[in-house]
Order: sequence, then structure tokens, then C-alpha cells
Amino acid sequence: MRPTRRIAPTAVIWLLIAFGYFFIPLIATFLFSLKSNQTGHCCTAANYSWVVHSSAFWHTLKISFLLALETIAISLALFVPTIYWVHLRVPKLRPVIAFLALIPFVIPPIVMVVGLLKFFKGTPSWFYAQPWGFLAGAYVILAFPYMFFSLDAGFRSIDVHTLTEASQSLGARWGTTLVKVILPNIRSAALAGSFLTLAIVMGEFTIANLSAFNTFPIFIQYVNESQGFPAASLTLLSFGITWAAMLSLLVVGRKRGQRAAVVAGAR
Amino acid sequence: MTLPFFAYTLLFMFLPAGSVLIGAFEGTTHGYTMSNVTTLFHHPYIDAFKTSIEISGTTALIGGAVGLAVAYAAIREGTPRWVRSALTTFSGVAANFGGIPLAFAFISTLGPLGIITVFGRNHGWDPTEHGFNLFSKTGVELAYMYFQLPLMILVIAPAIDGLRKEWREASSNLGASQLQFWRYVGVPVLMPSLLGAIILLFGNAFAAYATAYSLTAGTVNIVPILIGAYYSGNVLNNPHLAQAMAFGMFAVLAVMMVLYIPLQRRAARWAK
Repeated sequence: MRPTRRIAPTAVIWLLIAFGYFFIPLIATFLFSLKSNQTGHCCTAANYSWVVHSSAFWHTLKISFLLALETIAISLALFVPTIYWVHLRVPKLRPVIAFLALIPFVIPPIVMVVGLLKFFKGTPSWFYAQPWGFLAGAYVILAFPYMFFSLDAGFRSIDVHTLTEASQSLGARWGTTLVKVILPNIRSAALAGSFLTLAIVMGEFTIANLSAFNTFPIFIQYVNESQGFPAASLTLLSFGITWAAMLSLLVVGRKRGQRAAVVAGAR
Repeated sequence: MTLPFFAYTLLFMFLPAGSVLIGAFEGTTHGYTMSNVTTLFHHPYIDAFKTSIEISGTTALIGGAVGLAVAYAAIREGTPRWVRSALTTFSGVAANFGGIPLAFAFISTLGPLGIITVFGRNHGWDPTEHGFNLFSKTGVELAYMYFQLPLMILVIAPAIDGLRKEWREASSNLGASQLQFWRYVGVPVLMPSLLGAIILLFGNAFAAYATAYSLTAGTVNIVPILIGAYYSGNVLNNPHLAQAMAFGMFAVLAVMMVLYIPLQRRAARWAK
């Protein structure tokens, strides 16, 4: 019996259901974004121009973007040397760190922020009252699993020992080896982790809301509550940011055929 | 070299998590007490846990079943190759598309002025007249499926790859029907991965806050929203109660994790 080459009817039905479920809300949002906020009628680009001309939009977008960059910088500075060292000298520690990397998955952000607010209460305001302190500190932990699993896959695909020996026999110090030899070789892994981190930070609501910081998702929620139709254009924009981050991730990941962890979350 | 890393996780992960656990058992003025945790077993806290577990369980089971069907439809023989890569790419994005924007996308679809609601109303069938309300538990479940389904597709696809073509051929040569193949071969082989994936989905929905908060304006009674209300609503008369709820969430998830690890280990036997 030869297997049939044609697509099975039940497969078509399931795929259509999924297609409808995934795309109808996006189409609906798009149609909403074209409606006038005054009359509720189609079609106008006014919602998009409202967004572009809103200073709060640019302000919060900038805060979230800079926060993402800061989180990425701290994460790379913290995790790259650690994972490098573990691969080079203490491979026994690797399972320990891999286990630790699962913890942020188990602790929901809402529990994490309760703990962070309690633990850091009373610390200086340059830390506690600033997104660059408190929030970035928390986001590094949120990014930890994604950074770790990306970087770990990157380190596993290169020969850490040979690269290090070659670099040191040419007279390089640890810092030089790390920055000029190791980092270029794990570049796509580092980029993959960075794009995931970007997607997480740009969408994170729970921690920012409970610790009362005014980030981009908080702004979207504010517009949601106050202005119906401009919120639709913001929603699409936010979806576009997620798309851009995820597609960049696929592009950097494809080069070496590595499959990175792709489940972040701003639930 | 690993010292900064351990110091950081200690400072931002272990000590804050530990302070929640301790805080759950602290009295409002001094000393330690069980009263915060025992309060969780009373109204409205126990109801919040119940609703949270119901929402997570429902979306995990339905999301799991539908996700499996869709993933299998995309992977099985006969379906063009590009369908699978398109579905996986899209799932990668959709699994990340949660929170505030997701809530709004559903409001524009199924809200009182949503496209589908209005379409139905114009064609003589108004969903709101038939008891449907997006800003309710059902609405929250419907929206959660938007990230549950793609997560299931991403997680279960490698396991479906492990279902070998030969098994299918062998069973059909022995006269098994489609249904019998799934009943006696497909589902038993996939069972450990399926259970593991469903537990993952449960945890995913259980931890969610932003989507439900934005969709129902904080009115649906689930644990994260109750915790959030203590902090953002300036009604923080007993922070230890919020910490006890956080501890309760952690306990539910810890039970799930304990179930997950051995299942994952068994599932690995078939994944080649």
C-alpha cells in the first residue's frame, strides 16, 4: 500500500481552524485601528498619527527599549564569562546552572515581584525608585533562562579549550581571549539570547505594573482603558515588535541550524 | 569567574523568593504565624485558587488536545513541508504575544463592539444574547488559548516527529483503523510528552497576569490579580497575605514541577 501523497481532509480542517483562530483577532485589530475615534467609522489613519504624535508613546517606548538594552548588556556581562568558565574549567557545575536556569520558569513574575518588593524595600531610591535599577535587576532574572540556553548551545558548538589555548599561547590575557576570541565565535548565540530578551522586556507588564514603573506595556494598558481605537494601532505595533524580534532570532539561528528556546512571555 | 553569577542569582532570585516564603508566615506586628496561610483556605482566597486552577486546567487540556491535532495535521504525510515551517514560525511569535496587546486583540474581535460580535448581531445571532461575555472567565480562557495553542505546537512537534512512519504502516497492515492506531500506538507512545506538555501549559496559564488583568479590568478572581490588587490598589493593610498567596502559587507550581520531571525523563526514552 502506497501512502497517499495528497493532504488529508482532517488535516485541512484542523489547519483552517488554527489559521482562523490566529488571524481573525489580528484582522479585527487591524480593522479597529482604521476606525475613527470620534465617529467609530472606517477608514482613517488618524489612530496611527495619534500614536506617532503622542509624546508619552515615544517616552515609554524609549524607556522600555533602553531597559531592554541594559538588561541585555548586564545579562551578557554576567552570563558569558560564567558559562565560558564552566565549559572550560568546571563542567561539573553546568547541570547546576542549567537547573538554576529553570527556576525563573517555575516562579511566576507575580510571585517574583512580591519577593523583590519585599526584599529591596528600604534600599536607596536611586535603585528602588528607578527602572534602571530595580526593574533592570529583575529583568536580568527573567532573561536568565533564555540567555543561558542560547549561550550554552553556542558554547557547546565551539571548541572552548583549543580556542583558549591558541589565544593564550599567542599571549592574550583572559579579558582579550573572552572579548576577541570567544565572543565572536558565539556571536549568533548571544544575538539569539538578546533578541529573546528584547521581546520579553518590551512586553513585560506584571513586574512593571506592581512596582509602578511607566514602561511601554503600561502605556498600552493606559491607552486601552482610555481610548478605544488608537489602542488598536498600538496593539498592532506591539505585535510588530514581537515579530521583528522573533524573525531576527530565526535569521541568526538559521545560520548554524541551532534551535533556540523560543518561548518567552508577557502573559 | 562564576562568583558574580552566583552572587547575582542569590541577590535577585533566592533571597527575594526566600523572603516571600518567610513573609507568608510572618505576623503583621511580630513573630511567626500560620494564620496567613490558613486564611488562604477561606473566601475569597480559596475561590481565587479554584478559578485559577480551573482556567489553567481547562486551557491546558483543550489547548493541549487542539495543539496536538494541529501539530499533527501540519507534520503528517501529505501536508506540504512549508506548512510546518510556517506554523512553527508563527507559533514562535504567537507564544510570545501575550498580555495587554492580546487582550485588546480579543476585545476587537469578541468584545461588545468586536468584529465577530457585530457581524453576528447584523446576521441575527448576537453572542451576548446567548450568555457570552468576553470579560469573564470564559473570555479569559478563550484569550489564553492564543498563547497556549502555539506553545503546545512548539513543545509537541518534536515528539510527533518521534512517531515513526513504520508504526503507522505496520498497524494498518495488521488491519487497524485510524482510531485504533491512535488508541493503541499513537497516544500511548506520546503520553509522557503529552502529560509533560500539558503540565507546562498549566503552569503557563497559572502564572499569567497581564492578559486577564487587561481583559477583565481586574475583575476576574484569579490569584495573580488578587495579589496585584494588594499592591496597586493601595489596600495593602497586610502584605503578608499577598506573600502567603504568592507562597500558595509557588506550592501549586512546585507540585506540578514534581510531576513534570519524571514524566519528562520517561518521554526522553522515545525521543530519538
